[in-house]
Amino acid sequence: MVFKKNTTVALVGYALAAMSFVASAQTLRISNQGDATSMDPHSLNESMQLSLTGNVYEGLVGRNKDLSLAPALATKWTQPSPNVWRFELRKGVQFHDGTPFTADDVLFSFARASGDGSDMKSYTNDVKEVRKINDLTVEIETKAPFPILPDVISLLYIMSKKWCETNQATKPVDRRKGIENAASFRANGTGPYRLRERQPGVKTSFSRNGTYWGTIESNATDVVFTPISNDATRVAALLSGEIDVMEPVPVQDVVRVNASANARAITGPELRTIFLGMDQKRDELLYSSVKGKNPFKDKRVRQAFYQAIDIDAIKRVVMRGASNPTALMVGPGINGFFPELNKRLPFDTEAAKKLMSEAGYPNGFEVAMNCPNDRYVNDGEICQAVAANLSRIGVKINLQAETKGTYFPKVLRRDTSFYMLGWTPGTYDAHNALNGVLACVDDKGAGTFNLGAYCNPKVDELTRKIQSETDKVKRNAMIKEAFELHSADIGHIPLHQQALAWGVSKKVNLVQLADNFMFFKWMTVQK
Amino acid sequence: MKAALSRWFDGDVGYSFRHSPLAIAAASVALICVICAVFAGWIAPHNPFDLTTLELGDARLPPAWNEQGSTKYLLGTDDQGRDILSALMYGSRISLAVGFASVVLSVLIGVSLGLLAGFCGGWVDAVLMRLCDVMLSFPPILVALLIAGVGRALFPNAQDALAFAVLIVSITLTGWVQYARTVRGSTLVERSKEYVQAARVTGVAPFRIMRRHVLPNVTGPVLVLATIQVATAIITEATLSFLGVGAPPTSPSLGTLIRVGNDYLFSGEWWITVFPGLMLVIIALSVNLLGDWLRDALNPRLQ
Repeated sequence: MVFKKNTTVALVGYALAAMSFVASAQTLRISNQGDATSMDPHSLNESMQLSLTGNVYEGLVGRNKDLSLAPALATKWTQPSPNVWRFELRKGVQFHDGTPFTADDVLFSFARASGDGSDMKSYTNDVKEVRKINDLTVEIETKAPFPILPDVISLLYIMSKKWCETNQATKPVDRRKGIENAASFRANGTGPYRLRERQPGVKTSFSRNGTYWGTIESNATDVVFTPISNDATRVAALLSGEIDVMEPVPVQDVVRVNASANARAITGPELRTIFLGMDQKRDELLYSSVKGKNPFKDKRVRQAFYQAIDIDAIKRVVMRGASNPTALMVGPGINGFFPELNKRLPFDTEAAKKLMSEAGYPNGFEVAMNCPNDRYVNDGEICQAVAANLSRIGVKINLQAETKGTYFPKVLRRDTSFYMLGWTPGTYDAHNALNGVLACVDDKGAGTFNLGAYCNPKVDELTRKIQSETDKVKRNAMIKEAFELHSADIGHIPLHQQALAWGVSKKVNLVQLADNFMFFKWMTVQK
Repeated sequence: MKAALSRWFDGDVGYSFRHSPLAIAAASVALICVICAVFAGWIAPHNPFDLTTLELGDARLPPAWNEQGSTKYLLGTDDQGRDILSALMYGSRISLAVGFASVVLSVLIGVSLGLLAGFCGGWVDAVLMRLCDVMLSFPPILVALLIAGVGRALFPNAQDALAFAVLIVSITLTGWVQYARTVRGSTLVERSKEYVQAARVTGVAPFRIMRRHVLPNVTGPVLVLATIQVATAIITEATLSFLGVGAPPTSPSLGTLIRVGNDYLFSGEWWITVFPGLMLVIIALSVNLLGDWLRDALNPRLQ
């Protein structure tokens, strides 16, 4: 009898131990309207993908909660000469597979990110050489003085050389050409979370990295990411407690989410600028009724398009007030935003019609427009409203709104005449937008997202000068000049900055970043 | 023509129709829907596909009987200021056309291949059924993306026309398999029956046996399947349009209207999705009821 009683006590003890273990396992469930196109951190320079992979991978330099620079894989950086930056690497860091992190991985990752198929070339195009000084020190030499290099490389994540070589993933995944490899579905970073399982478009799960070099504020042991494209379903999932954090809260449901007992909408201005781009390079416009010439090469046509768009109505109706119409390619909060330049050309259908007649298109023309429908807040709806606006000046838009998995590869191949895109300077400095979106396209990383190939050599020259200028006043004056030139050219049609709206369960505390990055390490779940 | 019509009306099927109030009701509802769709250009109060007439300021107005509603838009407006009533008429035109065209094509392909497989047996049967297995393993969405890709490469400038061709072809290519399998099964059963044996012995050509003797006896399940598939095809069309390979968002089909409206279910703008949803239910239900009745009317065993 005594023996049996002891067994029972022991069993109860085991059960309690098991229960406490279960209770300490904390799952965080996150949702977004779309999925990352791949887990490869060098394959697409897009916030959502970099945000998701940023939980698994890290750069040399990271960000604090206030977006200031924070030591990550590098503990210290100095500038021994104007063209050289020296990074001291963190000691004792291991990749998720146990391989120690060394200078070789940094060299490898920079080569990978600047090589064939990479979409991150705009961050490396001015790097001349990355040198290994010893196992834990690297030097980056730039072609010209580069004062903002640490800011620029904060989104350039470091991969394991050994892992990439064993898994034949030494070249980035290139969705434009349909090239996939192991890095698309598996990951081996140094970050606070490990990628456990990846089912594209369905579910991606992560588990806490027990051997992480830093402390992880979050108490989540597992994170499950599920894309839910339907707005109402996503809201329902949040309100019913099926998910803990989701983004974006549809503008029509912010009030409802805030009124609910178990969730809230955390809103704020976003750094992202939504704009329209036009093909200004081809001699004959693709997917258009105009043959033998390209109407977008004519500034009057671009201006007519600009003035035909009723941005205030889009703000009022489509965005329900949750947007700030803009005339600039960067928003408030970015260094290089000048409020005095932020004046849109007036909405004026008659003036637009006149411009079209002057340009030789009194009856307008037909052109296809490419638009994502699960990337930005109400992106598909905005494009429809734009199409309706443009129909008033005789322009017939063949709107192709599609999921971003097919949209991005298409527009990045430049297989488009007229498109919508959003851009957040990952460095919080206008130079990033100038270099990535406004600069003339070269193969080395300038103008990677200048999908319509707008090109003004003057803007280009300024962009190069801005990069190496150390005097802040002079630098900002040049940024201003570049934006003035771009606005005068109507190189793109800026639309607005959308508002951030995250739906967050009341059980979760987190940090909302203005660049819309969601880091699991700063999300805690109350029991 | 007149003789054919009166023969039909006085015949068994016509008799059964005249004595089935359900069939008459279903047929009238379906007819009204089809008329509204076909003559949308004349009946509808607005043209929702004409972007110049859209007024963003009028977006998301509730139906006319609501306080904020306007008699200009009887059933309210959607998120782009389209009149829902007109959008229903124009949208069901696309949905019905895509639904019926793809079902008719699938039935044609599926029934002929199924008959052939079941009647001939042997290697013909083996090859056709393996083909079915292969087709079944491709979801319609994948096939559609494939066709859209090829289509766009071949005709880079055909935008809208191509979109509809892609929709119809892709739904057909994945839809015919079910008919082929069903018909093959029924044919296998019928093939060994005495009347077929008798026809064979008297020297009737195999093709004629298939058409005159076997086909009428296997149509029952096909009709049921076909009526269900019309509704399924409309839904598939909506999914494909969302993925960017179907109807453009500027000329929404019934399915697209429902999908768009779903986004507003929680924010109180129920009319954007409820009316198109009701329309789809009405169309699907009336077609289904008609199919049910037709199956019974054509079933030789019930006569």
